[in-house]
Amino acid sequence: MTAETQHMYPRERPDWLWHLGVGLFAVIWWLVYRQLIPVSEWITSLFPVDRHSHTGEAIAFFFYDVPKVMLLLLLIVFAMGVVRSYFSAEKTRAALSGRAEGLGNVMAAGLGVLTPFCSCSAVPLFIGFVSAGVPLGVTFSFLIAAPMVNEVALVLLFGLVGWKVAVTYFAFGLAVAIVAGWVIGRLHLEGWLQDWVQTLQAGNAVAMEDDRMRFPDRYRAGIQAVRDIFARIWLWIIAGIGIGALIHGYVPADFMARVMGADAWWSVPAAVIMGIPMYTNAAGVIPIVEALLGKGAAVGTVLAFMMSVIALSLPEMIILRQVLTLRLIAVFVGVVGLGILAVGFLFNAIF
Amino acid sequence: MKRIKVFGPGCKRCETTAQMVRDAATKLGIEAEVEKVTDPREIAMAGVMSTPGISIGGKLVHAGGLPDAAKLEAWLQQG
Repeated sequence: MTAETQHMYPRERPDWLWHLGVGLFAVIWWLVYRQLIPVSEWITSLFPVDRHSHTGEAIAFFFYDVPKVMLLLLLIVFAMGVVRSYFSAEKTRAALSGRAEGLGNVMAAGLGVLTPFCSCSAVPLFIGFVSAGVPLGVTFSFLIAAPMVNEVALVLLFGLVGWKVAVTYFAFGLAVAIVAGWVIGRLHLEGWLQDWVQTLQAGNAVAMEDDRMRFPDRYRAGIQAVRDIFARIWLWIIAGIGIGALIHGYVPADFMARVMGADAWWSVPAAVIMGIPMYTNAAGVIPIVEALLGKGAAVGTVLAFMMSVIALSLPEMIILRQVLTLRLIAVFVGVVGLGILAVGFLFNAIF
Repeated sequence: MKRIKVFGPGCKRCETTAQMVRDAATKLGIEAEVEKVTDPREIAMAGVMSTPGISIGGKLVHAGGLPDAAKLEAWLQQG
């Protein structure tokens, strides 16, 4: 028993050992990452199929993309876990409280990306923000940006589709959150919150013991983030890339161009509407996105679909129903949906 | 007898946290009553914005993410 407890709570290692460990990890990561293509080709060659057949293409795609995405996620999720340890919902609330709209929306969207956030605490967070004097529209900017612009989505876009699309997704995701929140604020819908929210005085965040984190604690936060996220999404990634591989190998090129191409103007609204009832995280949807793009679907249409799947999800609306009236939810969906629509059309026009 | 509340809407991490609290209390031989608070109203009134949160004897000691096991024991011994 004693030995076991000691094993569970190891004695504090010195900081330099942690720095060294993280540095070493980065070097090994880089070496492994460089071996991806040869290894995936080697694995594919073990299958008794022609490399250039449909099946061969699908297998090569799968065995290259899965490890690549996993490696990228490992690195970025760890780094973001460390960065997020500098932020908290309480600090973000203090920074946004009483902030004027406009600048407030911009800050809220930015902090939405950096603050640790889980959609299961969306309701207490919402109440905490609003009752502390964070304007409603600013709160919405935060709540839109937090799930939509996240490192998992960005890494997957970067790894599977390319950095240009990842950067534009980042920029337009923030833009949608800022503008939609600002519009909701301008509409002055505070009266459309559930009655009890308007009268409620949320407890002040009790000043918790100010634990000044040491660097090992931040590294641990990074490791914890990696564990959390991988436990949640590894299956999605494999399933998503599997489906992507099938589309990649078997669906004829340009098949999607007819249905989801830039010429079909109605495809953008259709993509947004289809995305609402679909509920999956970025991990499941992006490999499919990549495969669709490869078959001639227009970038704007595919991105609109993706944003809609992530930002407008039915389960989240059901959670928010506890604090928002149906009318306000309808406005939220309408404003965000229009924003995504605009992004889709804009993209199709540019690319 | 310590009155401990674990705040959270019932996600997996909240379950884990409640179990961690119970385990730590048992291990330290502290008699504790662990209550799970799932009502969003109550969670907000307690000042918790990121779940799971933990309060011991009415004092909030933790909010957001799984608690650190060593710190959890320290809180239990102090509170």
